[in-house]
Amino acid sequence: MQVIPVGPEAALVEVGEADAALGLALWARGRVPATEIVPAARTVLFDGLADPVALAGQLADWPGEAPTPEGEVVEVPVLYDGPDLATVAETWGLDGPDQVAGRHTEQEHLVAFCGFAPGFSYLTGHPALPEVPRRDTPRARVAPGSVALAGPFTGIYPSASPGGWQIVGRTEATLWDPTREPAALLPPGTRVRFVAA
Amino acid sequence: MSLLVVDPGALSTVQDLGRLGWAHLGVPRAGALDRPAAALANRLVGNPTEAAVIETTMTGLRLTAERGHWFVVTGAPCPVRVDGVPAGHGQPTWAPAGSAVEVGAAETGVRSYVAVAGGIAVPPVLGSRSTDTLAGVGPPRLAAGDRLPVGTPLGPPQAHDTPRPATPGPLRVHPGPRADWFGPDALDRLCDADWSVAADSDRVGLRLRGEPLVRARGGELASEGMVLGSVQVPPDGQPVLFLADHPVTGGYPVVAVVPADDLHRCAQLRPGDLLRFRRAGLPA
Repeated sequence: MQVIPVGPEAALVEVGEADAALGLALWARGRVPATEIVPAARTVLFDGLADPVALAGQLADWPGEAPTPEGEVVEVPVLYDGPDLATVAETWGLDGPDQVAGRHTEQEHLVAFCGFAPGFSYLTGHPALPEVPRRDTPRARVAPGSVALAGPFTGIYPSASPGGWQIVGRTEATLWDPTREPAALLPPGTRVRFVAA
Repeated sequence: MSLLVVDPGALSTVQDLGRLGWAHLGVPRAGALDRPAAALANRLVGNPTEAAVIETTMTGLRLTAERGHWFVVTGAPCPVRVDGVPAGHGQPTWAPAGSAVEVGAAETGVRSYVAVAGGIAVPPVLGSRSTDTLAGVGPPRLAAGDRLPVGTPLGPPQAHDTPRPATPGPLRVHPGPRADWFGPDALDRLCDADWSVAADSDRVGLRLRGEPLVRARGGELASEGMVLGSVQVPPDGQPVLFLADHPVTGGYPVVAVVPADDLHRCAQLRPGDLLRFRRAGLPA
């Protein structure tokens, strides 16, 4: 674990990978007096700190473990009819595009972090499968509810946007609704099971 | 329902202190770019600092006061008129019921702030009334025909001196978390150069043009959390200084961080304006 100062009020903590970042972010919430605690792919950002120099000491008790998934599993129904099923099947070494759904639904996922857009969650769940490359040319518009893969992550587009991830299907679940409590369907730490619709 | 938007100008938005505590869900902070100007406007009409105001961009806006209100305009200097009669910039003014309020184009700077006694009372979203122009959280940007509710005034307008900083020097910078990606002299190169504000600058960030900051190493940065004031450097070497609507994570290295107290000046920089940096903690 390495603590890097980010200006006078923040620090970035390097932990190596997304599950550890999630574990640290969940552990630190309520323990570290920060305005924002933002896990990402390899780091956790602590912003709004009164004393960034004190952060390393405050994190000394972190056991350094990936989180034990807690809470209820959120089921996300997916219609696996995306345009990039063949690419994903080839990357994963499957016999055909129709096998992607089976592989994608067989394992529980975990929301490691959010970013890119409000309510856009990065889910981990297939550590043994080869990482999926991004599209060479991003699509100008990806429809809301598109379920897509890139690198080790699954993501769901909460609203229409440009996007370079490989789309495997779509869901009618509402990922983001600021008038709902909670606004994000899948905040960091949420357990998720994709179900073929 | 008390203010009718007649013409929103190029871009007018509702802003308060911003939306903190939601970055882990991907929500930008938003909030007034020139915070001292917004805070002054609120003080002048007797509002608390957290009241929502209107932020204009270059061209001002026109409103109709459907009820009588005290209001004031601060920030970028501009003509202010009520029913065609000039009123003072930075001077609380009574707009009678039915009157036309005109906030003119900025004479210098970019963003003017309109505070109304009682505050703009649009419904808060995640604890803030600010419009986030990146992700669309909060009220939409103002459009002709919008009716803005106004809250209950807490007290009478206040008299205050309204000085603006005289000659702004360079913006202070602290070393960024990835300054080492640009070699040991990265901050010197940033501080030795003149940077020009590009025309595509907005509430997300000030886009700078100058001698490119070349990376000293290759490789990709995994997306990581970004703070307000981050100076992020894409592969073309032209820095982007993140302002209130910045994305909460980013995949380009941050060479330096401008402290929040200096960022209000970025709100008033126009395309083509020159900008310099200096190391925080060293004499100007």
